[in-house]
Order: sequence, then C-alpha cells, then structure tokens
Amino acid sequence: MIPASRPRLVVLYVVVAALLLGLAVRVWYLQVKTGTSYVAQAASERVREVIQPPVRGPIVDDNGAPIVDSHSELVISVSMPTLWRQADGGAAVLRRLSGLLHMRHRKLLDEVRLCTVGVSQPCWTGSPYQPIPVAENVPATIGLQVLENQRLYRGVTAAVQPVTHYRQPISTALAQTIGYLQPITAAELRQQGLPVTGFSGVDLVGQAGLELQYDTALRGVPGDTKLAVNAAGQVTGTLSSVKPRPGDYLVTSINSAVQQDAERALASAVQRSQLAGSAVSKGGAAVVMTTTGRILALASYPTYNPSVWTGGISRGEFGRLFGRGGGEPILDRPTQGEYAPGSTWKVTSVAAAVAAGYPINGSYQCPAAVNIGGRSYANDGNPSLGAMSFYTALVQSCDTVFYELAYQIYLKDHPRANDVRSPHAPVQEMQKMELAWGFGRPTGVDLPGESPGSVPTRAWLYYLWKDNAHKGQDWCKNGRQNGSYIQQIEWDDCQFGNVWTAGQAVIAAIGQGYVSVTPLQLARAYAALANGGTVYSPRLGEALISPAGKVVRRITPPVAGHLPVKKSVLAYIRHALAGVVTSGTAAGAFGGFPLGRVCVAGKTGTAQVNGTQSTSVFASFAPCDHPRYVVVMMIPNSGYGAEVSGPAVRQIWDGIYGLEGQKAALPGGVLPGMPRLNQAGQLVPAGGQAPRPSPSAGHGAGQGRKRHR
Amino acid sequence: MSWVSGQSRSRSSPAWLALRRLAARAAARDSPLRQADWLLLATVLALTSLGTLMIWSATQPALLAQGANPHGFLLKQLLNIALGLVLMLVVGSLDARQLRLLAPVVYGLSCLGLVAVLTPLGTIVNGAKSWISLGAGFQIEPSEFAKLSVIVISAMLLSQPAAKTRPAAARPGAKAIGKALGLGAVPILLVAAEPDLGVMIVLVLLVVGLIAVSGVRLRWLAGMVAAGVLAVTAVAQLHLLKAYQISRLTSFLNPSADPRGTGYSAAQSKIAIGSGGLHGTGLFHSQMVAGNFVPEQHTDFIFAVIGNELGFIGSTATLGLLALLMIGALRIATQAEDQFGMLVAAGIAIWFAVQAFVNIGMTVGIMPVTGLPLPFVSYGGSAMFADMIAVGLLQSVRRHRNVFAS
Repeated sequence: MIPASRPRLVVLYVVVAALLLGLAVRVWYLQVKTGTSYVAQAASERVREVIQPPVRGPIVDDNGAPIVDSHSELVISVSMPTLWRQADGGAAVLRRLSGLLHMRHRKLLDEVRLCTVGVSQPCWTGSPYQPIPVAENVPATIGLQVLENQRLYRGVTAAVQPVTHYRQPISTALAQTIGYLQPITAAELRQQGLPVTGFSGVDLVGQAGLELQYDTALRGVPGDTKLAVNAAGQVTGTLSSVKPRPGDYLVTSINSAVQQDAERALASAVQRSQLAGSAVSKGGAAVVMTTTGRILALASYPTYNPSVWTGGISRGEFGRLFGRGGGEPILDRPTQGEYAPGSTWKVTSVAAAVAAGYPINGSYQCPAAVNIGGRSYANDGNPSLGAMSFYTALVQSCDTVFYELAYQIYLKDHPRANDVRSPHAPVQEMQKMELAWGFGRPTGVDLPGESPGSVPTRAWLYYLWKDNAHKGQDWCKNGRQNGSYIQQIEWDDCQFGNVWTAGQAVIAAIGQGYVSVTPLQLARAYAALANGGTVYSPRLGEALISPAGKVVRRITPPVAGHLPVKKSVLAYIRHALAGVVTSGTAAGAFGGFPLGRVCVAGKTGTAQVNGTQSTSVFASFAPCDHPRYVVVMMIPNSGYGAEVSGPAVRQIWDGIYGLEGQKAALPGGVLPGMPRLNQAGQLVPAGGQAPRPSPSAGHGAGQGRKRHR
Repeated sequence: MSWVSGQSRSRSSPAWLALRRLAARAAARDSPLRQADWLLLATVLALTSLGTLMIWSATQPALLAQGANPHGFLLKQLLNIALGLVLMLVVGSLDARQLRLLAPVVYGLSCLGLVAVLTPLGTIVNGAKSWISLGAGFQIEPSEFAKLSVIVISAMLLSQPAAKTRPAAARPGAKAIGKALGLGAVPILLVAAEPDLGVMIVLVLLVVGLIAVSGVRLRWLAGMVAAGVLAVTAVAQLHLLKAYQISRLTSFLNPSADPRGTGYSAAQSKIAIGSGGLHGTGLFHSQMVAGNFVPEQHTDFIFAVIGNELGFIGSTATLGLLALLMIGALRIATQAEDQFGMLVAAGIAIWFAVQAFVNIGMTVGIMPVTGLPLPFVSYGGSAMFADMIAVGLLQSVRRHRNVFAS
C-alpha cells in the first residue's frame, strides 16, 4: 500500500474501536445501570388473558346415566349495547339474524327485549350488558357466517359455550337434590380467587344441592391463554396456553328408577290426600341402604323442572320456586323439612325404656287414657287394650304405654334440673337415647342447608326460651295472663318456657310436641335399627371420576355413631315392626302385599299438630330378617300414617323389588356396582352391559381420554 | 496417509492420485488452507452460531403458535450459512488479479439488480422496494451485494496510481476520485430510490471512507466533507426525504412521543435489552421474545433478543466477537502490500463497523431505526451470502499479501 494510507488505517482502527466502545457503554447503561427500571416496564407489558370456561362435570346415577350434564355448544349471542349504537338500533342486524337462524323475527325480538315492568315472557332477565344467547347448538356453518361477516352481523357473536342439560324425567324428580347453577357473584369470585371470563353467563357455580356441595370438583379448571398484545392492541404472540380441564363426573348412589318411583308415589299420596279434603301441600321421602348409609332416592313434593334455571331464570319462575303460594318447591323436604315423627318415634322410646331398666319382655298396661300432671292423655280413638308386651305396644301403636313409661322415667330423671335456666342442665334419659339415634343434629349428608330437627333436651328448651322470651317471639311482652288463648300461652311460656314438664315428657315419647325430624334423619335411624346399630352419615355421592376415567375420590358414608342398644333389643323391635305390617296398624295398607316374596317391616306414625291435620309418617325396611333398604315417607297435614304414607311406601317397595305388576328397579334387591368410564368416554354400568341410550359424549370426556393416552 | 488406504483400493488408482494431489495442494505453503486466517473464520463461525441460536429462540414460539415447524427459521438459516460458506470458499480461492478483473462485472450486475428492484419485479417490504422475488419463496436483496460491489469498484479505481512515473508515493488523483464518486453515486441513488436509508448510509460512508483511506490529500477530504454537509442541508431544505423516513430518523430521539408508531420498535427494543439485566432471562426463556413484543426481532432487532435473553454478558460477548471481526479485517488491510487488497479489506472493515454500529445503535436507542441487519447474526440469506463473500475476499487478500511485494 502507499505510505499515505498507513496513518489513515490507524485512524480507522481508532474510529472502529470508538464505535464499539460507545455501544458497549450504552449497553452497560441500559442493562446494568438502569436495568431494573426496564424490568418493571417489561413486566407491565400488555398481556391479555383469555379464559376458556371448562365444561362442567356431569352428575350421574348409580348406573352412570346422566342426570345433569353439560355440553359445549355453539351459541349465538346478541350484544344489545352494540346494536343500540347502530343507526337503526340494530333492526337490520336482527332481521338478517332471524333469517340466518330460521327463527321467526317476532320471536327473536321477544327474546332480546329486556324484562322490565309490563314486559311479559319471553324476555331477557339478565343484565343488558351481558350477551343474550338467542340460539344454542347452532351448526358450525351458521356460526362461521356470523363470525366472517361481522360487517353484516355487528353485535352478534358465535362462541362455544357450555350448556347445561337436565335429563328428564329424572332431573325433575330430583330437582332439589341436584340444586341449581347461577352466575357467580363478584363476591364469590373474589372469595374463591377465580378468574373472570368476561362473560358472566358462563361463570356458573352451584348454589344449592349437589351442584354446590361438589362444586369445586364439578367445575373443572378453566383454560388460560396469555396473549401478548402490542401497543396497537394487536395480538403479537401467545405467551402461554393451558387448555381447560373439564370437571369430574359425580357418580351418585341415586337409582333413577327408585327415585322416580318415590317421587311418583309421594306425589300421588299428596294428591289422594288433597282429594280427600286435606290441605296438604308438601312432603318428603327417602330411600337409604341400611348397610352402607348410601341414599338411593330423595323425593320432595312439590318439585319443579330445574331447566328453568338455564339461561337465566325469569322473575315469575323465581317467585314460584321460592314463594309460599307455590309450596316452595325450592325446598328439599327430605333434608330440610322438619316434621313430627309420631309413633315411628316409639322405637327410640322402647330402647330408652329398656335402657332405663324396664324389661324387654315385661308387661305394660295400655289403658284408654292416663292422668299425668292433672291432664288426661288418651289413646287415639280411646281404646283400652289391657296389659301387653312391647311387641303389642308397637304393633297396635298403643300411646298410653309410652305415656306412662315416659312419666315414670321423668319422675326419676334429675327432677331438680327441670327448671334450671342453664344450657348445662343434664340431658334427660329418653332424649339421650333419641340423640344417640341421630336425631336433633344434622345427619351430615353431602347436601348443603340440612335442617337439624329438634330433640327437646333441657338445654334446647333453655335456648328456645332465651331466644323467644325477650326477643324473637317476645313472649314476655306479648303474653297476657288473662288475655286471649294465644296470649295466655305466651304468658305461660314467658314464665315457664324453659321448664321441662311432665306433659312435654310424655308427648315427646310418642314423637310429638317439640320433637321434629327430617325424613332423612328418620330413614338413617331406621337404617341403624335395621343394620344392628350403626348410625351412618348418609351420602349421595359415590365417587368422583376424572374425565380420563380415573377415580379421583371414592366417597364412603362415614359412621356417625352406634346405637347404645343391645342387639337383642334391636332384633325384638324389628320383629315387632314386621308384625305391624302383618297384623298391626299397617296391615290394611299392606293388605294383599306379597310379604311371602319380600317381607316388609315398618311403623306407622300419625302426629297430631295443633291447628292442622296430622302428619302422616311411614318408616319401613325390608327384607325383615336381613334388611337392605329403608323407605321413609313423611307428609305433614295429610292424615293417618297408615292411610296416606303407608300405601305410597308400599308402591315404592313394589318398584324396588318388582312386585304387584311393577318392573323391578333393583332386580333381586341387588344394587349395581360402581359404573366405570368406557373407551368411548361414556360411563357404563359396572356389569359391563350396553350403556343406556343417553349420550354423554358432549362432555368432551372422549377427547380428554384420547389426549391423556 | 494410511487412513485412506483400503484393502480393495490400489495405491496407483486415479482416484487415489487425485486425492493425493489435493492433499498435497492443501498442505503446500501457499495453499489457501495454510494461508487462511483461522481466527477470522472462527470469529465468523462463532457469530453465525450465536445468531442461529438467537433466531431459533426468537422464532420458535410464534411458529409453534401458528402450528408450523418450530425449527423452520433455524433450518433455513443453517442452509443460508452453509451456502454462504461455500461462497466464501469459492471467493477465497480467487486471487487478487481475478478479483480486479471481476470488480466491474460485480459492479455492473449489482447495479442491474438495483434497477430490477425498482421495476415491477421488486417487492415492497416495510415501506421499501428492496427485494426481488425469485419464486418458490426465495427472495434476493440486491442492495446487500451493492455494498460489496461498491467496495471492489472503489478499491479498483482508487488503487490506480495517478502518475505511473512515481508509483511508490502515488496518491489517487482527482480523476480516480472523480470516477470513484461517480460510480459510487449510481448504486447510492438507486438505493435511495427504493428507498433504503440504511444501505444508503452504509454506501455513502463506504465511498467516503475508502477515499479517505486511499491516501487522498487531506484538503480534498475536507472539501468533500463540506460538500456532504451542504448536500444534507439541501436534502432537508428541499424535502427530498419521505415522511416516514424523517419520522424514522427523528423518532429515536424521543421514542415515547409516538409509542404506537415508529418509536414503538425502538421503545420495545430498549425495554427488552434493558430488562435483560446482567444475566438475561436465559435462552428460550424470555416471555418478551415469545410474545414478539419487538417487531422484526429475528432480523433487524436480533440484538434485542441477545440483550434480553443473554443479558449484559451476552451483549458484551457479541460486541467482543464483532470487535474481533473488525480487527481481523483491519489487520489484513494493514498487512496487505498492494493498495487494492488494502482498500478491499479496509472497505469491508468499514462496512461491518458501520452496519454493526447502526444496527446495534438502533436497538439501544442511539441510532435511528433503519433496516440494516447485524452482520452474520441477523436472519436472512442475501445478507449472509454478502457477508460470507466479504470474508472470502478478506481471505483472498490475506493470501496474496506478498504477491506484489517488490
């Protein structure tokens, strides 16, 4: 090279070095000196979260047939605020949409109008800012047309959404037990730390029944896709994507056939009683397995079709479900109804008397009436039957035997504690036995909102008085010593409401007065009697099965306690209850029943309640010698146990065993085993028989299974 | 030599003899392999490897999201590198005389390419008509080769001594400088018409730098600089730049003023590099990269990915490799005995230095956003081929450093 170039190259060296050094300094400044501020900026970069709601797990019966299930369906929704902003208020869009959906224009207009004063159904009951679903289970071609021609269908969206299906007729028969789903409230979202999808109609949570009890498992896990969004709002990439996990299957021990039989029998009993002139409006029945504590059926009257909850309930329907006028079909009578058990209670009284030292084989007088504390307590119909055993006392349902026994026990049972105003007063001997049979406290069944019933212990009386003397019913303010009948009672209650009197003791012994139980409590007590003394906490749920077919959780009814009663005494009582059906108070109701094929034992109960007709109760189990099932029915304000509930319970037994022309729900009285998930993602009965014709493919379990393999 | 001898192969077979001849040539003192600058080659391979990794990391998430082959860009870049290495070998095996003879051909071809871009053959990418589509998804960017052609043609013109009587002290004469400026102006104006501002800057600095290094008198140089300043003023006054070019040029001064527009890339890039910190987020571990927050992150903004995922350590390592590359080129220039070879090597050094500075400078917010790739690191075939040919030229210059020694 020429000499003149050499210094120029040196300059070039220096320039290059300076450039690189400059860059290095700048990079150091950005990354080391001020790096942390950029870390903060990077963290606040716009990330958009898209939550895909999971498909809710189905609730299935003991054969695996769905009672409630959800499917992902293409749903066409209309966003009214977007339509209102259009020049014609969205009229053109709605006209085009009605044509596309092959829906009458008038019908579409009705569905998207808001329910306000003076607007009758059909109308939209939800928030106007929530997209209004107008068509479900739409073919994909129609969805695509909507999505691709947004210029023509502005404000109309097509999205895959889970839609709840209530299988009929089982879901109507089981409505209260299933419970219902409602959009999650903002408070519930916060409390449970759940993500918001931005479409409130999808965020359904169980609000009652099994849907609430097993909500966490049934709900599944939402999918979460994090999208990177640039400053212009365009999606530039996917940061992370988690697919939604469908909820688990809840396998229940509900036998659909038994359930429907129970619901039908209960409804027809109520209706027969209404025809006979009584003002009956409600009732409950329970079918429980004696040896496991599993529930086969829980019938509640009146019932309703839970489909009214899908897509938002109307005001009218809501009023009907929760209103007194409609008989409050929302209430689950088998677990929430508290009724006087009447003579079905006497099984506990026999046990209490034996525990108090009265011999099981002793002889007891059954006069027409006994005089206790200056009042006469008479047998129903005033028959005088003379001396008898406990067997006959139960078969004939003699009241005076139990009045007398209760009075004698009362006299010896800490008499000085009877008027102590303290929650720590000792529990009476007979009530101790009643508590041991599981009364007076919740059964712990896997249903929310269960009623505890009541057993009038001294502490219970103290709290009743404490809650009503100067507050609540305010007896001391409202009562008058010389006022009306009600005022006199209130004055009396104000003075002596906490006092355990002989009168209360004797009527409590025949399941009246302050005593109240739920049908399920009575059923589990009879199950304990039948199985030799084990008191279970009953369960509806049998297992939770993941969409992949794995049993996530097996649910076993826990043992809540054991009856403090000798096996021989329980066997004696069972023997007596068999006699009730063959030759006692239920002989009429079971006249002609093939007891030779299936021996049913039971006890009638007719509890007189002030001001209304009797509560008709029938509690039974079968077969007599090795009982497997308990069937209990309680119908308040309807009449005699032997006349209303008895024949209805007989119908349920017919259905279970397939007697008297009925098809057997449980052939041979044998329960099906746990259903399992087959290759096609369907739950099939344990025996491996062909699945019932009930598609559960929409749950996406099939795909889920494939994915996991 | 026993490692090639097999039982079935005779030592006198023609294939064996050809192989022996080849091996002997490779081992000879003047063989291209013996004379090659292995440090330079290692530097280039290190830079391409780094770039390939970063391209993989930058493109994988988006390709996965699209359901495409996540290694698509990785494989294409590996192919680019392989083809580039072949080109490097071919060019490296030429000698200086052949290079000189080829220079006008290369120049003519690249000018033709630049003209073709302006015809309907060209495709518009990012506002500039700088690509020719060859069909089947292959595209070529003639402006990349224009840089090479300007280097060789300027080196050829400026290495012709003005007076043949005093060859030793011969500075390039006015005629040579005029020719260099004139021939340099053709591709510069063609690139300006695309318009590709980045390449224009590189070409202008190449011509000016080569004239300076060629040993031209300082006062002429000062005059040229003055004329340049005047020209820039004229351009500003006469609104010769398009609006988007002006905004690109000025937005880097205050990127937050228009975060949705031209400043967006610059701002995102700064955030990406700054948030990398000392150690970075780790290869394949950056959410920012996965989210494609920085546009063109696998091509022009690849340094943002390096800064974000590898941190300050990775950034300085990259700068260190680039420094090695430039020092390698400058050392070859210093050692070159002939003026042509020196100018070619110096031109390449200027090219890489300017392009690396403008590219990294724009990612760290000290230079305007122009569409220049980072040599050997950014994704792209044309740029990789041009860069590799440049390395081949450097190897050739180095091998012939003593050929013209008197």
